[in-house]
Amino acid sequence: MTEGGITEDSGEKLVGVVVVSHSGEVAESVARLATALAGGGTAPVRAAGGTPDGGFGTSEELIREAAYAVDQGAGVAILVDLGSAVLTVKALLAEEDELPEGSRLVDAPLVEGAVAAVVTASTGADVDTVAGAAAEAYDYRKV
Amino acid sequence: MSSSEPAVEHALDTSFFQRWLTAAAESVHREAARLTDLDSAIGDADHGTNMQRGFAAVAEALEKEPPGSPGAALILAGRQLISKVGGASGPLYGTLLRRAGKALGDAAEVTPQQLADALRAGVDAVAQLGGAAPGDKTMLDALLPAVEALGGDTASFTAAGEAADKGALATVPMLARKGRASYLGERSVGHQDPGATSSALIVTALAEAVR
Repeated sequence: MTEGGITEDSGEKLVGVVVVSHSGEVAESVARLATALAGGGTAPVRAAGGTPDGGFGTSEELIREAAYAVDQGAGVAILVDLGSAVLTVKALLAEEDELPEGSRLVDAPLVEGAVAAVVTASTGADVDTVAGAAAEAYDYRKV
Repeated sequence: MSSSEPAVEHALDTSFFQRWLTAAAESVHREAARLTDLDSAIGDADHGTNMQRGFAAVAEALEKEPPGSPGAALILAGRQLISKVGGASGPLYGTLLRRAGKALGDAAEVTPQQLADALRAGVDAVAQLGGAAPGDKTMLDALLPAVEALGGDTASFTAAGEAADKGALATVPMLARKGRASYLGERSVGHQDPGATSSALIVTALAEAVR
């Protein structure tokens, strides 16, 4: 989902965002939605949904691929839906050498969190700020 | 390590670990339908299929790229489970075996006590990853009594299998507090936990690998 104009030599490294869901369609849609709502966005976003054969589930392989694809050296914010998606990312982080340096599991609702993360990452904010902005989505009550 | 014990007699080499993991894969394959049945009562009816796929990949990987040490065998198996299972049990079992494998380092042979200590470290890592406590109706309810029963000789493997079986059976009256089954609340009571059941299969396979 990376948009054209990523300027490798501008000196600005952006935080990457990975959207993990049990469903490939959900992950793809949320990634596209977040990019669109971020005004076209400049931060790299990738979906890692479902299993490699297109089924429902969580794939370590797809998550790792997505994380390395969005990694510009500023860290990667990983948003997840539930259950094995949470556990798989935690397990990868616990092994230390499995994900790009500065990768973070973001504690946030998937859709709202992804939008906040991409908007914030596109401003050039660091990974802690991106994670914080996504987590704030929990405080936004709807009723 | 005490030198008074004839370590050679109980030494576990790489082929022991291959036999263990292969026996576990066969057992999971045999019991897949039962695991899925248990999971359809309180989960999403995929535990048997998931575990079967994961352990088939383990058996295949062990044959294709034979590991050079006990630790490497466990790390290889753990990696396969994390990437192939596709459910929450993948990262949990994967972490268990990978952490145990790392604890064993690259020794060519290990003692039963070293295996017991490594599995204890693996089970601790599972508890940390999943955030479950004993009595939450999870795989820990089989794994914790199993590692308690493991000791300095291979005879303890049989005891560990029995302890795991007992632990799995004891999950029947428990209220699920973790994972998808916890959404069911009281309705989770009266069913045996699928994860505790598959844990017991894997632990029981240990004794089958002893020669």
